[in-house]
Amino acid sequence: MKVLVGIKSVPAVAGRIALTPDGRAIDTKHLGFAIGPHEECAVEQAVRLIEADGGEAVVVTLGPASALEQLRDALALGMTRAIHLVTDGQEWDPESTTEALLAAIEADEAESGAFDLILLGNEAGDSADYQVAVRLGRALGRPTITALKGLSIAGGVARCEQEVEGGRDVYELTLPAVAAVLEGINLPRFPSVPGRLRAKTKPVATSEPARPAQRLEMLRLVVPQGAAKQAQVLGHGPEAAPAVVGVLRSLGVL
Amino acid sequence: MPPVVVLVTTASGAADEVSLQALTLGRRIAAGGPVHALVLADEAAAAGLGDWGATEVHVARHAAFTRAAPDAAARVLGDLADQVGAAAVLGPGTEAGNTILARVAARAGLPFAANCTALTLGAPTTLTRSRWGGSLLEEAALHADRAIVTTAPHAIAAEPVSGVAAPAPAATVTPFDARLDEADLAVRVVDRVPAAAGGLSLAEAKVVVSGGRGVGSAEGFRPVEELAGLLGAAVGCSRAVTISGWRSHTDQVGQTGTKIAPNLYIAAGISGATQHLAGARGAKKILAINKDAEAPIMAAADYAVIGDLHAILPAISAEIRRARGA
Repeated sequence: MKVLVGIKSVPAVAGRIALTPDGRAIDTKHLGFAIGPHEECAVEQAVRLIEADGGEAVVVTLGPASALEQLRDALALGMTRAIHLVTDGQEWDPESTTEALLAAIEADEAESGAFDLILLGNEAGDSADYQVAVRLGRALGRPTITALKGLSIAGGVARCEQEVEGGRDVYELTLPAVAAVLEGINLPRFPSVPGRLRAKTKPVATSEPARPAQRLEMLRLVVPQGAAKQAQVLGHGPEAAPAVVGVLRSLGVL
Repeated sequence: MPPVVVLVTTASGAADEVSLQALTLGRRIAAGGPVHALVLADEAAAAGLGDWGATEVHVARHAAFTRAAPDAAARVLGDLADQVGAAAVLGPGTEAGNTILARVAARAGLPFAANCTALTLGAPTTLTRSRWGGSLLEEAALHADRAIVTTAPHAIAAEPVSGVAAPAPAATVTPFDARLDEADLAVRVVDRVPAAAGGLSLAEAKVVVSGGRGVGSAEGFRPVEELAGLLGAAVGCSRAVTISGWRSHTDQVGQTGTKIAPNLYIAAGISGATQHLAGARGAKKILAINKDAEAPIMAAADYAVIGDLHAILPAISAEIRRARGA
């Protein structure tokens, strides 16, 4: 089994989002970075597949030099090797992201055979474009499924499940295939100390693709001016219970 | 104005709300020009779409569309757009809508913008789209002759055209000749596993009581469950809870969990990270229970109790029992 997982390094946003002065990026001076939540589950899924069936699981990202840290995180969780498509930190739109990934996939497949499965997150944690998996699948001529909450593979067929109103829809895709997964498909493990140590010596191939003209061109980001509320403090500690019940009554909840 | 095409997804004979929102935006950008709605198989849902601004409704009749078949849907939507010379193709920003519109764009070799909140056609088309579950907006230029977009759920209110004085003109409903080949049908639903019966739906609950990192453990959820039980509420949690393995992901409220819209949301021991608030934005009122009076949740909450949830939640439950005379 040869599996590829595409991840994105996204700012670990906690409270209110602050922007850079030019309004074109999130101000990350005081923020860390993390693998996007859906992609974290894609990594876990890939590691489970090669633990069960053997083979290799490759992790790829398109991102700035600092995204190496998220590649190392994925390697610590059990991915075999990494491909880093290094950018200068500017955003890439979903079409150019697809092109860069596609070139890397084709080069890797020419060298060491086709990926049986390409896993991505359903949508990037930051830009949420909902399309890179679909575009990759189309370009490669492979069946593609999104919004996955369940995945099992047997006899060259991937049984894929989506959560829908009233139950789960089941698809059967013949491998090789492309799938975009949602958080909740599994519970990702935490990296172990030996895993972290091993990650330091696993191979990371780098290249610097050229950024083409953007057809979905981000102009600026805006933090929506929601009416910042000032919560009415009903009290401190358990003594506030009668006041809470009063509010529940006034809201018609009791 | 050149024609606009809108994908309307349906469930048992009725268009879903987000599709009607997409139709509303489609009607606005068509500015009096034709608005073509595409419905997949669900004939019963087609007739009423004139009220929402469709001038022509096309029903794709094909056995494939009794269940989800995203490539087949994209093929038909793209064919219709070509046939009428559409300047824009819109759809609902749901999982089903986003995957179909992305496929339309990939097939046509055109850009696609998901979850738009506003759109002006032009050269280039300009749009606003939702990021981080709506915590951030992006203004963008779309460089393409045909704009392919979805609308962010509940960002644009669905608006019927029918006024009291003049009823909306009935839309013409015509069958659309769906030409599909094997490749279009490779990805389709082959089975449906029904959900286990029972349990309150988090997305539809009128009251939700959630616990966060401050709950401390899986067992720590007992007072959360107790209060939820007394209020007939669903139990929710934050992402910190699910990644710790204390509760299942199906209980997670947030950007990558369930988006809730209750009348009252009680958030206990939840700091109010962007990820969480993106799922709680639909709540009409929020009561935060937290040790930290400066936590970000306080800027999103209507009411707050400051202190330890492990003391406060049981006290509220006891007070409710007392008030009910039990």
